[in-house]
Amino acid sequence: MTADLNSYLFVGAVLFVCGVVCMATKRNGIGVLMGVELVLNGANVNFVAFSRFTDLGLDGQVFSLFVIVLAAAEAAVALAIALNFYNNFLTIDVDRANKLKG
Amino acid sequence: MNGESFLFTVFALATCLSALAVVFSQTVVRMAFWLIIALGSTSALFFLANADFVGAAQLLIYVGGTLVLLVFGVMLTASGPYLKITTSSGEIVMGSCVGLLFLLVVFASLNGVKWRDPSPETITAASHVVSTGNTLRPLGLSLLGSRPDKDSTTDGDTLSPGYLLPFEIVSVHLLVVLIGAAYLARAKRRAEC
Repeated sequence: MTADLNSYLFVGAVLFVCGVVCMATKRNGIGVLMGVELVLNGANVNFVAFSRFTDLGLDGQVFSLFVIVLAAAEAAVALAIALNFYNNFLTIDVDRANKLKG
Repeated sequence: MNGESFLFTVFALATCLSALAVVFSQTVVRMAFWLIIALGSTSALFFLANADFVGAAQLLIYVGGTLVLLVFGVMLTASGPYLKITTSSGEIVMGSCVGLLFLLVVFASLNGVKWRDPSPETITAASHVVSTGNTLRPLGLSLLGSRPDKDSTTDGDTLSPGYLLPFEIVSVHLLVVLIGAAYLARAKRRAEC
């Protein structure tokens, strides 16, 4: 497989789809967060590939740095929320988060 | 097949197979392990695409920071050794079918676009920064607000804006997020009831 733009984009697509399926099907809350990390990494692979193969240049890499920083911030807050949920309900199963059900 | 193609094939396969293993793992600890492999291989792909600083930042921040935080979360919310939250096999089949359809749609759309090749004048100046992988100083300068790689190609006397404003915004955002997460995850006094 040659290292051209479409191959990188395919890797980014696989990462993205795996992340979305992970977010949609996992019952563990931490598993959903891992899906979010996969989605963001798929986007990062896309950014870096376009930076390398088109005249996006340095902008793609700056954007991917911002994506990394924001993903770390979001993982911290999401884990704090997950910890609070576990401390209150003694389970991390997202199917049990139905207190607000109408 | 030259070295770059071989290395790209190896790391692309490692990334894709690890991401699939994350989806299909049944315990969350194994998911964390496969996620570490997937993100490490993604970092190798970044190094192959001449994004040296982004690859190093991925290893430092993602693998060394965010994933360690996720493993902390896994260990703090472990619900006992005999209780496994599993998905039924019907849900696995349906999830795989939907995922495969989604992947086919994305793959067809990205193959159907003719991506623009870099124009010759930007090849000489702007993307020669990216073509060697020595991106640390241009990245640092662009985050400080100056873009010497773009200003040397434009022949007006307008300076290209850097990324100083997003940098400041992200810095304040990180501060707010850290304070918020530390407050949310504080040790609470047990309620007397």
